[in-house]
Amino acid sequence: MDLSTSLSLATPELIIAVGAMVLLMLGVYSSERMNTTISVLAAVLLLVAAGWMLLNPQDGSAFNDAFVSDPFSRFMKLLALVGSAITLIMSLSFARQEKFDKFEFPVLILLSTLGMMLMISANDMLTLYLGVELQSLAIYVLAAINRDSLRSTEAGLKYFVLGALSSGMLLYGISLVYGYTGNTGFEAIAEALTGAERQLGLVFGLVFVLAGLAFKISAVPFHMWTPDVYEGAPTPVTAFMAAAPKMAAMALTVRATMGAFEPIAADWQQIVVFIAIASMALGSFAAIGQTNIKRLMAYSSIGHVGFALVGLAANSEAGVRGVAIYMLIYLAMTLGTFAFILAMRRNDRNVEQINELAGLAATNPAMATVLTILMFSLAGIPPLAGFWGKWYVFLAAIDAKLYALAVIGVLTSVVGAYYYLRIIKIMWFDEPVGAFQPMAGELRVVLGLSGAFVLFYVLIGGPIGAMAGAAAKTFF
Amino acid sequence: MQGQRGAGCFGILLRKIGKPMLNGLEAAFFYLFAFILIGAAFMVISARNPVHSVLYLILTFFNAAGLFLLMGAEFLAMILLVVYVGAVAVLFLFVVMMLDVDFAELKSGALQYAPVGALVGLILAAELIVVLGGYAFAPQLAGGVAAPTPDIAVRHNTAALGDILYTDYIFFFQIAGLVLLVAMIGAIVLTLRHKEGVKRQSIPAQVARTPATAIEVKKVETGKGI
Repeated sequence: MDLSTSLSLATPELIIAVGAMVLLMLGVYSSERMNTTISVLAAVLLLVAAGWMLLNPQDGSAFNDAFVSDPFSRFMKLLALVGSAITLIMSLSFARQEKFDKFEFPVLILLSTLGMMLMISANDMLTLYLGVELQSLAIYVLAAINRDSLRSTEAGLKYFVLGALSSGMLLYGISLVYGYTGNTGFEAIAEALTGAERQLGLVFGLVFVLAGLAFKISAVPFHMWTPDVYEGAPTPVTAFMAAAPKMAAMALTVRATMGAFEPIAADWQQIVVFIAIASMALGSFAAIGQTNIKRLMAYSSIGHVGFALVGLAANSEAGVRGVAIYMLIYLAMTLGTFAFILAMRRNDRNVEQINELAGLAATNPAMATVLTILMFSLAGIPPLAGFWGKWYVFLAAIDAKLYALAVIGVLTSVVGAYYYLRIIKIMWFDEPVGAFQPMAGELRVVLGLSGAFVLFYVLIGGPIGAMAGAAAKTFF
Repeated sequence: MQGQRGAGCFGILLRKIGKPMLNGLEAAFFYLFAFILIGAAFMVISARNPVHSVLYLILTFFNAAGLFLLMGAEFLAMILLVVYVGAVAVLFLFVVMMLDVDFAELKSGALQYAPVGALVGLILAAELIVVLGGYAFAPQLAGGVAAPTPDIAVRHNTAALGDILYTDYIFFFQIAGLVLLVAMIGAIVLTLRHKEGVKRQSIPAQVARTPATAIEVKKVETGKGI
């Protein structure tokens, strides 16, 4: 395949890459008043790339099969792009109020999103690694971007050191896989594994690759960084970390297991089952004692990743479809919740403690109602969106005869419901501690959209399910 | 992706292993370079004076370059000299000389880490044996990996590396460039501070100076000084 065809397949990536560099130049050579404009332009750029991708859907592989574009990649890229764009829009008010307006912030978000798109389209171990590095390196910087705050720099450093460790594991695994199959391309690896006798060294490679990827989706036992980094990073950065990168890392995990390691499915399935159970359990139990809402969301995201992995463990078309739907619903709920957290302002300061929410129903009834809907959905109460996400992955697990996994999933989601319901109880039944300041317009829109999506998912679930189904067909 | 094409120097190495024995002048040079290399590497970690350590490191690099030359990888040999001796070792020297580190004190506890170091070394050796043992069990892979490094008569070594880097792997090369761009932006975002009151060189201001603004004529009285 010649270079121009390859480049045309990668047009959305090119839009983001070139756009990020143009905005970087614009930021360097213009006055500080332009910073808000640059954020808005970056969000527009992300949406333009998403629109281009939807209007010109092209299937095929590019750059000697290193990069692939298919329905699954488009579905997950759409989630990552929209997630990044919404986080950028949500950060506008925070930037105004907290003097957080650095033009590098949107540029780094763009470059990180580019890394995610490469991860989602990865069809070669080298693309996988470079995409992961591009995505993570930008987020390490973002986590520490509030460099005068001790907690922010600590979060950045912690994330960086542990991220470097996970990169090491990933590379070690990739080199073992390369050594035992003689290839780095996913299809070539799958071909080399088909029919051949499975070698022990290759399984080692598989374990290391999965460990590196589990770190990126913050699945247990590679989750230790999550609560500290979520708590320490500036809130818009936390919102970003909880949303788009999870989409990319999950898509990459699905593609690596379903694409490259399909012939040794029995080996990775048991690993995925284990980390799914461990993540669901830790996400439910460890979150109970939390008092900081960002830490709580960190444990919540660990738990949700566990639920999504249940779908992957099923190793079936229904399972992948469940993962895709789950990630979409998780994205909507997370963005809504973080829009709310960004709006928790009192005396011109952002507050993060859960008991600050006490009696919110009396002081800000609209905010409290939407957050209640979101919390019910996160807990998985029907007929809200969160319930349907769990429904599809558990159904896939039962179809694959993973009964124990499904039962453990249901039990942990009952335990997890406790801390979501506790927030609702604090909001509706505790003594009011005073109102929050009025919400910024863009946060209102995001919170409203997220609440509406969760509430009316039953009505729009059909077309979404069809889209996710088409995406899942890619692998079967 | 044709994984075997990326084999590069590893392919050369495997081909060498495949040869029965080194002989004659080649063998003499191989052992010369190899022994000096190991000796110098040992001196790097045992020399008392850190500057001597860096100098021995340079000797190590030179001998490694000699080994690369023997394998026919002349480009890697030159790059090793240019990059490692020319830049990295000089940087080390700068760091050693500019930072006031008491190396004797740093090294004082070295012996107490020796058991752990030996353990790590043993595990590493065991793993290497396992991995290389795997190659012996899958001989068809070694053939696939070694093939594509072209013969030096067909395609020049440097050109062959260029083919891989700038034609086959251009996509990865560009992404690596973006990763470095992010690293650069990150370093600037996290460390650059604009301090007030720092004097900076301004070339336009210097060029725009005229004798009228630059020269001040003082009338000095005889016998008094300024």
